[in-house]
Amino acid sequence: MKKVSVCFTLNGDPVTAEVPVTWSLLKTLREYFELTGAKEGCGVGECGCCTVIVDGDAVNSCLYPIPEIEGRSVVTVEGLAGQEGTLHPLQKAFLENNAVQCGFCTSGMIMSAKALLDKKPDPAEEEIRTSLSGNFCRCTGYVQIIEAIQAAAKTKP
Amino acid sequence: MSDYLYVGKNIPRTIEADKVSGRAIYMNDLKRPGMLYGKILYSRYAHARIKRIDTSKAMKLQGVRAVLTGYDLPDVRVGFIKDQTVLKKDVVRQFRDEVAAVAAISPEIAEEAVHLIDVEYEELPAIFDPLEAMKEGAPLVHDVDARGKPMRSNILPLPWKFQAGDMEKGRRESAHMVKDTVSTTWVNQGCMGTSGCIAEFDMNNNLTLYSQTNVPFLGKQRIQEYLSQIGLGKSKVRVLNPVVGGSFGTKLDTDIYEFIAIQLALKTRKPVKIIFTREEEFFALPPRQPALFTIEQGCDNEGRLTFREVKAILDNGAYTSWGATTPSVMMMPISSLYRVPNVRFEATCVYTHNIYAQAMRGYGNPQATFAVETSMDRLAEEAGIDPAELRLINCNRPGEVTPMRLKITTCPLEACIKSVRDKIQWTEKQGKRKGRGVGMASLIHVAGGARVYKSDGHGMIVKVDQNGLVDVLESGTDQGQGSPTVIAQMVAEALGFKPEDVSITLGDTSLCLWDAGTHASRHTFMAGNAAIQACQDIKRQILEMAVESIPQIVKHTIKKKKQKDPDFKEPDLDWGLIANPEAMDIKDRIIFPKKAPDHPYFRTEVSEILTRGLHVGTGESRVVVAEAFYDPPTEMLDREMKGNYSMTYAFGTTAVEVEVDQETGEVKILQLIAAHDVGRAMNPTLVKGQIYGAAYTGAGYALTEEIQVRNGRVMNANFRDYKMLTAKDVIPVEPIIIEVPDEAGPFGAKGIGEPGLVPTAPAIANAVYDAVGVRITDLPVTPEKILSALRKKDVC
Repeated sequence: MKKVSVCFTLNGDPVTAEVPVTWSLLKTLREYFELTGAKEGCGVGECGCCTVIVDGDAVNSCLYPIPEIEGRSVVTVEGLAGQEGTLHPLQKAFLENNAVQCGFCTSGMIMSAKALLDKKPDPAEEEIRTSLSGNFCRCTGYVQIIEAIQAAAKTKP
Repeated sequence: MSDYLYVGKNIPRTIEADKVSGRAIYMNDLKRPGMLYGKILYSRYAHARIKRIDTSKAMKLQGVRAVLTGYDLPDVRVGFIKDQTVLKKDVVRQFRDEVAAVAAISPEIAEEAVHLIDVEYEELPAIFDPLEAMKEGAPLVHDVDARGKPMRSNILPLPWKFQAGDMEKGRRESAHMVKDTVSTTWVNQGCMGTSGCIAEFDMNNNLTLYSQTNVPFLGKQRIQEYLSQIGLGKSKVRVLNPVVGGSFGTKLDTDIYEFIAIQLALKTRKPVKIIFTREEEFFALPPRQPALFTIEQGCDNEGRLTFREVKAILDNGAYTSWGATTPSVMMMPISSLYRVPNVRFEATCVYTHNIYAQAMRGYGNPQATFAVETSMDRLAEEAGIDPAELRLINCNRPGEVTPMRLKITTCPLEACIKSVRDKIQWTEKQGKRKGRGVGMASLIHVAGGARVYKSDGHGMIVKVDQNGLVDVLESGTDQGQGSPTVIAQMVAEALGFKPEDVSITLGDTSLCLWDAGTHASRHTFMAGNAAIQACQDIKRQILEMAVESIPQIVKHTIKKKKQKDPDFKEPDLDWGLIANPEAMDIKDRIIFPKKAPDHPYFRTEVSEILTRGLHVGTGESRVVVAEAFYDPPTEMLDREMKGNYSMTYAFGTTAVEVEVDQETGEVKILQLIAAHDVGRAMNPTLVKGQIYGAAYTGAGYALTEEIQVRNGRVMNANFRDYKMLTAKDVIPVEPIIIEVPDEAGPFGAKGIGEPGLVPTAPAIANAVYDAVGVRITDLPVTPEKILSALRKKDVC
């Protein structure tokens, strides 16, 4: 299969990947970089479990063609915790507010929330709900996820 | 207020920090060296004869390691009543019939190979309506039963018949009666992590199955039996759980894909992984059992229930999984939700060529409660009694024994009804019919185990190392409910240690003791009781060591003080305070005499005692370990389907206020207040999480969710067309936690995993009726159905 070589920034580090041209960003993250935090819940951009941040925007990485990533900056859930393993305020708030149950949607939820808070540090509930509208969760009913994001918004990283 | 240090507290889920940092390893993430990828070919018809299968092209594809069809496998039947084989040969009976399977070096090659398999079918007449399928002369889904005996009808030989009291007397004493037909449909459990497993054999044919099951031990037994039937009687099986991305009933049965992975692994001698796509998750996994009810109820002039008669028809689909056993749970609300002296219930499960069904959160309870609570509202109207009042008149009470012989222990149902009624301002809002309305529904559910197997046992092994760190080998599984946090809280409380001292290992059949499964909202109840038993033992062992060690430690301390300070005056110590284990206790890792908790010399950190106990220097060193196996003194259902199958039962009431747009039929939930009897909340934040999540799923069940099955085929196998609620669907859920500690529960706790879902749909449907005066009795309550009913009402 025809391969493509792409250079981009991944969680702050410059990286190069040579992968089949048909691979998505999700597949590249999971298979090439072995970063399995972003999950495949549907593979067609409907569930949001694969959400990562590309150049500041939350995207469904399962739909993102790998050639398009050239020169861009990607942040995944693995890139959030600090050097010594200190959790990001969102990660902490998710644990403290029981915003995590099975956890399969959690990486995507946190990345959608981070993209929002980076742009809008003090969002209204309505804005939080809109930013999560592409992220399904079957366990929590979203209530404690929204509470966690509100709590994280009050903490400065 | 209790003086517990950890239970009842909102301890955060820090133990699960890997889930927020992308490090938790789910089945989707798990790989084994040399692993192959399995893929399944499904039937193209709902009912057809397989005339020919040609796998030659698939075999030749580079990277393919095995192709299997039903003709390659031994004729072994699997499933709840052994009515199917792993791969189907000769005849397919539903669209999801597994016809062939491939193992290849990549998922892409496996997928390509599956498409290269050529199957020639001869289509046969199929039957999709259970009512038609029940009729004499209907085409048979199965010619023979599991034992090879000819089948005469499509009705399953399952005796779901229950009667208590005198139905005729009940009818005679009725001043008011109502009779309705109520139905519920297929819904998908909607786990965000799709189904999958890895099967791996070693050179001695021992199998390790990485499985998402929430019944590891029953699953192991089913697989062990299967292996023995295919000639591997000496193989040993180990079932291991990775982190599981949701369950909601999907992981109760050992699914066909698991047997397929086992067969592919056996054929290739390599680990084989099968992971479902979302589409497969929708069409190839058994969804919630649909049901069609006829319900009749009566009450006397005072509103006291006189009788309840329910007949249910269950579309079983082509094969049998746990869906066919949901009547065992339907029976509970039908016989025991509210006090009704005369009850009859009959359920008939019918084979059709539809997809087969199984369990989902609440088992058959949401279906049956939808019927009961719809009928309660109808009866209230018929009798001219306020619906909340009718429920209060017939409210269950502590100490009663229900017609099913359930022994009700604690029961704050009255408090649940009153609290939601008052909170939602029922009296002001009910009965106005101005596009806004309120509705309510209650629930009863097992909350202290459920004896569906002869053992409802639950094992736990607790060991403590010299540093006072605790390893718990827990027999249950976690599918997201937060068991690791709650069990750590309960173990810490019972031991007198701290939650952060506790590590939990779950879901490993080799390490852990037997457990009936993490189902029926039983995990906290079972694990807590096992923890209390095991921790008592551990505590006694530590305190016995303390009796020996503390005097030595104290004498040594005094000796040192004397050496340092010749003027040090030896204290006059009362050694009787620590003379025996019973005189001492442990709290927050400190061992102390009960009669002098702040004693200046005797307070000792546990690790000091544990280290001394292990490193003795003679042949008497000790390790601290205990096991517990808690099997509650409950009953199996007897031949009459009666028996107290749980130690305790949970109650609850949900009240909902809705606004219905009479132009569009859209239903907006303005308030959803859910009062739940939880015994004692072990972790209120986690309890609320269960209520929120269940209420949302229940609201989806009420309003939007439906697997559309047309002529046996699932038409909406994706999240676009199957409407689960999103964060944009605002439902203001307000949980009310009602605590009446139950004697049987660990620290008073009852199970709370499923209850929140149970009354949600009927409460919403009842509120819709209150708002616009049309009663939708077939779920989901869609805008189309509301508009059509409104139109009919206008015409009349």
